[in-house]
Amino acid sequence: MDFILNHLLTLILFFPVLAALILFILPSELKILQRWTAFVLSIIPLILSLVLWFNFKSGEPGFQFQEIYTWYSPINASYHVGVDGISLILVLLTTLLTPLAILTSFTITDRIKAYMILFFLLELGMLGVFMTLDLLLFFVFWEFGLVPMYFLINQWGSEKGEREIWGGRRIKSRTYASYKFILFTMTGSLGLLLAIQLIGVTAGTFDLVLLTERWVSLDTSLFNIPVHTVKTIAFWAFVIAFAVKVPVWPFHTWLPDAHTEAPTAGSMILAGVLLKLGAYGFLRLVLPLYPQESKYFAGALAFLAVVSIIHGALAAYGQTDFKRLVAYSSVNHMGFVVLGIAAAAFAVGTQNATIALEGVVLQMFNHGLSAAGMFFLVGVIYDRTHTRDLSEFGGFFPLIPVYGGILIFTSMASLGLPGLNGFISEFLVVRGAWPVFTIYTALAMIGLFFTGAYILKGIKMTLHGPLNTRWVGRLTEINGRELLVIIPLMILMLWIGVWPAWILGVINKAVMTLY
Amino acid sequence: MTIETLIWLIPLPPLLAFFIIILITNRNKGLSHTISVGSAVLSWIGSMVVVWAAINSEHLGLHPFTSYLPWFPTGDNWFVIGVQIDPLSAGTLFFVAWTILMIFIYSVGYHNFGQPNGDHDRAGLPPDWATVSDVHGHSHKVPSIEPMYSRFFAFIGLFAFGMYLLVVTGNLLILFVGWEIMGLCSYLLIGFWYGKPSARAAMIKAFMTTRVGDVFMLLGIAYLYTATGTLNYREIFYNEEVLHQLATTATGIFGLSVAGLIGLLLFIGAVGKSAQWPLHVWLPDAMEGPTPVSAMIHAATMVSAGVYMTIRIFPLLSAGAEHGQLTPTMTVIAFIGTFTAIFAATIAIAQNDIKRVLAYSTISQLGFMFAAIGIGAYVAAAFHLIMHAFFKALLFLGSGSVIHGMEHGVLHTGEHIDSQDMFNMGGLRKKMPITFWTFLIGGLALAGFPILTAGFWSKDEIFADAFGHNHWAVFITLAFAALLTAYYTMRQITLTFLGKPRTHAAEHAHESKWTMTLPLVVLAVLSVIAGWVGIPEDFPALGGTIPNFMHEFVGETLLEHPEMVVFSYIPLLTSLVVSLGGLTLGWLVYRDIKVGAFDPAQKALGPLYTVLKKGYYFDELYDFLFVRPSYWLARNFAYLWMDHKVIDGIINGVGHIAGLIGDFLRNFIDKPIINGFGDWVGETTKKLGFLFRSIQTGRVQQYMIIALVSMMAFSAIFYYLLVFTR
Repeated sequence: MDFILNHLLTLILFFPVLAALILFILPSELKILQRWTAFVLSIIPLILSLVLWFNFKSGEPGFQFQEIYTWYSPINASYHVGVDGISLILVLLTTLLTPLAILTSFTITDRIKAYMILFFLLELGMLGVFMTLDLLLFFVFWEFGLVPMYFLINQWGSEKGEREIWGGRRIKSRTYASYKFILFTMTGSLGLLLAIQLIGVTAGTFDLVLLTERWVSLDTSLFNIPVHTVKTIAFWAFVIAFAVKVPVWPFHTWLPDAHTEAPTAGSMILAGVLLKLGAYGFLRLVLPLYPQESKYFAGALAFLAVVSIIHGALAAYGQTDFKRLVAYSSVNHMGFVVLGIAAAAFAVGTQNATIALEGVVLQMFNHGLSAAGMFFLVGVIYDRTHTRDLSEFGGFFPLIPVYGGILIFTSMASLGLPGLNGFISEFLVVRGAWPVFTIYTALAMIGLFFTGAYILKGIKMTLHGPLNTRWVGRLTEINGRELLVIIPLMILMLWIGVWPAWILGVINKAVMTLY
Repeated sequence: MTIETLIWLIPLPPLLAFFIIILITNRNKGLSHTISVGSAVLSWIGSMVVVWAAINSEHLGLHPFTSYLPWFPTGDNWFVIGVQIDPLSAGTLFFVAWTILMIFIYSVGYHNFGQPNGDHDRAGLPPDWATVSDVHGHSHKVPSIEPMYSRFFAFIGLFAFGMYLLVVTGNLLILFVGWEIMGLCSYLLIGFWYGKPSARAAMIKAFMTTRVGDVFMLLGIAYLYTATGTLNYREIFYNEEVLHQLATTATGIFGLSVAGLIGLLLFIGAVGKSAQWPLHVWLPDAMEGPTPVSAMIHAATMVSAGVYMTIRIFPLLSAGAEHGQLTPTMTVIAFIGTFTAIFAATIAIAQNDIKRVLAYSTISQLGFMFAAIGIGAYVAAAFHLIMHAFFKALLFLGSGSVIHGMEHGVLHTGEHIDSQDMFNMGGLRKKMPITFWTFLIGGLALAGFPILTAGFWSKDEIFADAFGHNHWAVFITLAFAALLTAYYTMRQITLTFLGKPRTHAAEHAHESKWTMTLPLVVLAVLSVIAGWVGIPEDFPALGGTIPNFMHEFVGETLLEHPEMVVFSYIPLLTSLVVSLGGLTLGWLVYRDIKVGAFDPAQKALGPLYTVLKKGYYFDELYDFLFVRPSYWLARNFAYLWMDHKVIDGIINGVGHIAGLIGDFLRNFIDKPIINGFGDWVGETTKKLGFLFRSIQTGRVQQYMIIALVSMMAFSAIFYYLLVFTR
């Protein structure tokens, strides 16, 4: 037991590798065995994360469960992992969504082994970003997560659809989407790598704990460039890398394509966890390392956030493709995360900042639940109808009432209905941002209004609209396996909405000690 | 169990009923309604106990029942929520409990419990009919049970939970939670028969229109929380220091104080929820839902919530008002309320649908209440809120009973008529006596029939306040609105119940079941006696026989108890004249409508009649101004233009340019220069190879000769270098 507790993070982090290896040696003809093994193995990190959660002492400042080993001694890079309240919640979100995504993927019939292995590698990449306390390692994991996702979209993405690119050539939508996804993110990462090198060389370490102490007050120059300039360059490099990932308008157009073309489980993880990497980057690196720069540029960030909120909601409302509608809703919801971050950056040290950041972290978790749930539900209907076109749906409620109820529930959580999770976090963000960026917060309400419009549009066109007789008798009710995916999410949505203290307590402590 | 614990428990039974029905009993209709009605009874009992305790406690305003609980941490302290019953919430709880229970019971009959399943009924459409054969083998068409019976009871359970939560809480954020849960339920219930396109449109319209108000309200709540650090009523509205500070801090927006701006933001929320102009458009369409829902949403609970909240924040609105001067926010509220009162009343006179008349009358009556709040008539607003809930619930349920009776007639005769159109009715008083008498009482209460009805006392108090404080514009406008109210109410009663039946269906209508008529009777009784609690002390003859309990009790809610207005005959006479005059006029115009006749008002008003019938074309206007442009903006601007054309265009353009650069490098650098050089090296080497191949003959002697010659040549060179270059 002691061994487990002492190496808990490493165990969680690398268990997916072990799982991938186990799957690798299993014969690929036994599809059912492959699936179930993957599912059972994916539960173990979740259990370990729960152990982590219950052994985590939220009152203590700093990082817990730290492990540190030398990795690349010539450049002072180390294997250093540890969690605080913020990363703890995101680790939990990741290990929770991965089994659910794998359970969702039971409908995959093509090259199951490769698919599942990629999923585990994806989990490794995401967990690594949340756990690591070394910038170089951070970058490694950051990039590492891209590759499995690229293949998941490129190989298992939706089969239909073509897209014309410049020069009149037509390529498959999923090919286009996967290229766009990886190129967009890589472009952002280039700056990130440069910035990390700059920091490493200037400060002489990649260790985040040391950097947080040294970097802010650092006053030397690098190659005769004043430290102020170095910091500004590094700041913007970080911001762009994370803004692409969040995504913030106008860096968001990879998202609707990638989400729409990815397989259902891929979209769940993309929306549920991958977007959080960007927001996490802001919280973990940008705010602590660049307090002055963040404060100086907070207004610009808030502006982009508000544009994302409004634009995301409007674009979602303008969709006829159900999955794309849900995809754009992520732009809308993550806009609130960025708005909160901007407000906290500007009002650093005040109670407004604390409340805004509480809202931000909770919103990240909540969006993970509701976006994953929504993508899953879109997938359920896609599996049955093989279309995502809203205008081909209609009148599903009497045909599949249980599914209908679940869809309304999840949609309402996504809409931010009080009593469910989204409301608490949106309220906290609005409350935190209001005194800081009053006009922007007021404008964000336009987005909140249109959130209602697109959610109701989705419900109307699937469940209520005129019955499309094509589906009568061909549409089957949500099955047991699918219920097993969505019910944990629903329970959490309701629980957080009614009694948020259990999670906000952890967040609050983390936010208070960190900033 | 302490009273505070009980208050926490009041909202829970309907919520539990919701979950039980949805998760477990949804296939069993009888069990579902038993659970649902049972939960309403439990909440009703709890409410009555609490109200009784509230009435009997000394100085409830000063020492309300409160209980608090930390909800979540915010930095160093906690966000605390709680329940609170003060006189205002006790009064509200009283009417909410009664109306909700009555509506629940009524729903059992309304949805045809006990009838067979319909022959062609589908979930999502109103039940039609079922064929049954009697002992003689004749088959009859009878009304069939609602296919989604259990679901209905689940939804209204959740609805009741939302309203109870809103009433018992002492925290504005929790009020908002209840507020939005009701919003969801009204959405689900207005669109209960989602198979009808009109219902689908109405459900979205209701949700989105109220959401306009809600987002403002959310800002108001955030602002208030920022400014005071709490959202508990007690610490803000009953706290002179906080109020003073809020009232004296300027915001720089329209010259409003912080209190004024927050009040305005919150009031906009109420405008949406209580369907005040200009956000009134959703309420008439909300009549698409089943009638108990209309009663629930549009009389008893949801629209009342907006008024309740505005009364609740009254200290904030009036903070800074001195010597009878209204604050700017109050002026706005008074204007909106007064305008809505007259505006909706004019529309109501041209409606033929029995429920739409009531819908517009609701909007108008809510306008009365807001006008009262706006002019500072705190108690009068609360009084009218409570009275209105009783008689409007009664009227809605009564209209549902009428429609039911008519549908029965339609089924019997096979006529194809609109069973909600009042011009197809007439003479129903004989067929449906209980419905008639109760509806009459409700109608008279709405019209403010003197002395007897509750509506008279509450409306009279608003007039007295408006007159007593010299708000002439409000007074005159409201008086005119009251005249119209009496007129259209009598029009409705006359068209529906008096005269002779104008269709066969109306001839064959018959009285509804006891589950429907019992609630009507109970509400009718309440619509009469409830008014007696608010008879002014100095009212001629009657005054003082029963103490003016309402004023004493509700007035205590405020820090500074409002004063009674001095009695004057002018508002009283006005009240009498408009009420009786309107009723008489309505009867005179509509007492003798023949079959197929046009509305007499149509001739009198000319084109204006159409304008009124269409509700001043607000639906069309909003559709043109907002609905279509926003979809256009969403689809064409945000998605197709911005994302597809501009951003993706740039990105794909970059990709294309990168491709072009690649092509250039390949075709102009790589291929000719780099490849060219490499190829040249290769080719040249090859040519040299060819050249040297000729000496590769494979004969040893030849190689030896070459070696010998070479050796001699090299030796000569070395000799030369070593000897001569030293």
